[in-house]
Amino acid sequence: MNFLQRFFEVPSDLQNTWWGLILWQLQLTLVPVLIGLALALPLGMLCARFRWFYPPVLGVTTIFYAIPSLAFFVFLIDYTGETSLTVEIPLTVYTLVVLVPAIVDGMRSVSEDTRAAATAMGFGTLRRYLQVELPIAVPAIIAGLRVATVSSVSLVSVGMLIGNEGALGNLLSDALNYHRPLLAWDAVLTIAVLGVVLDGLLVLARRILTPWARKAASA
Amino acid sequence: MNIFGFAQQFFDDPSRWTGPDGIPTRLAEHVEYSLLALAIAMLIALPVGLVTGHTGRGGNALAALATAARALPSFGLLVLLTLLMGLGLIPVMVPLVALAVPPILVTTYEAMRGVDPSLVDAAKGMGMSRSRVLWQVELPVALPLILSGIRSAAIQIVSTATIAAYVSFGGLGRYIVDGLSQLRYEKVVGGAILVAGLALVTLGLFWALGRVLVSPGVRRSR
Repeated sequence: MNFLQRFFEVPSDLQNTWWGLILWQLQLTLVPVLIGLALALPLGMLCARFRWFYPPVLGVTTIFYAIPSLAFFVFLIDYTGETSLTVEIPLTVYTLVVLVPAIVDGMRSVSEDTRAAATAMGFGTLRRYLQVELPIAVPAIIAGLRVATVSSVSLVSVGMLIGNEGALGNLLSDALNYHRPLLAWDAVLTIAVLGVVLDGLLVLARRILTPWARKAASA
Repeated sequence: MNIFGFAQQFFDDPSRWTGPDGIPTRLAEHVEYSLLALAIAMLIALPVGLVTGHTGRGGNALAALATAARALPSFGLLVLLTLLMGLGLIPVMVPLVALAVPPILVTTYEAMRGVDPSLVDAAKGMGMSRSRVLWQVELPVALPLILSGIRSAAIQIVSTATIAAYVSFGGLGRYIVDGLSQLRYEKVVGGAILVAGLALVTLGLFWALGRVLVSPGVRRSR
């Protein structure tokens, strides 16, 4: 009991509770992933529709992905200061890099027959995109979201190096400064569990969003 | 002063280019940690990915393992292992290897699974033994995807090797960590530019490697 209490006890200099740090970590993770998704959906649609558009987009995003998170944070401090925005912008870009190819692959997996059938039923381009192509692409998009979300959760902790903007990662500097390994265990385990839980939720979302996949498998 | 001003201040300083804290030394250290971590990760992930992909078994276990490894925060792992084991190379290597194994493992598995079964049938029909099918048919066809997995692992290692400096190791992260604590922004910016540059060079090297290693026949059909 005593051990458990100490596990959830956050040093007072962080001015936060364990649950507060978790909420902060979730905010720093989910805001970039959601914005990244909102940007990647139209971008992915354009890339799937206009083939010439995809290679340059892929090239630019790959180069962005090669910029280390810490370096990216540092470049941004000049413009956004030591705020959560500095952590969120790079994570948004990384999400975009992972999601755009996933969406394009998903859209391309829609067979020509399906597309033709939708057109024959009188679907316009936008409606066909929203009601036919997007749902069929859901498994590929979720696969991309899983990678982006889980990586973001663990990358947030690096934000600790730039003015204690690392949520649970802030426990790590205290762990080193006060030589308290328990705090490091706390950070590592909590972040890992958060990642696995978010991953599980995305798998659940895929099952709910694609009920036909289960029927096809059991049939 | 803006980023370009800081960068100029950093790179124009002649003392920056020599000595134990000079750019050549730090760059060499960074490359050394990165190569060692990549080599270890490849030794672990490539055989496992090749075998599981070849036999087509254990895909689910592999995916779960990859998710778990991805969820482990590299930076947290580094601090934790340093506290438990003291300063040393192992606490630096474990997080980097844990970071690099999932992409190599998953893409290798997927690459082997994705080899057209009719190709394998044709090779068997020509009387090739199982090991020849693996080495001369499946592996060359799967190579572009396998290389892309190793590439993203390498880039992530180069980016993340920066954090080794936080536990008093060398490498290009030295400039960033020292600069942040000394409030010398030009060092921070200089270090960040060098790491990003090294990552881009890595990207270019893998592109060149793909041109050399991937068989022209496989390249043409893609």
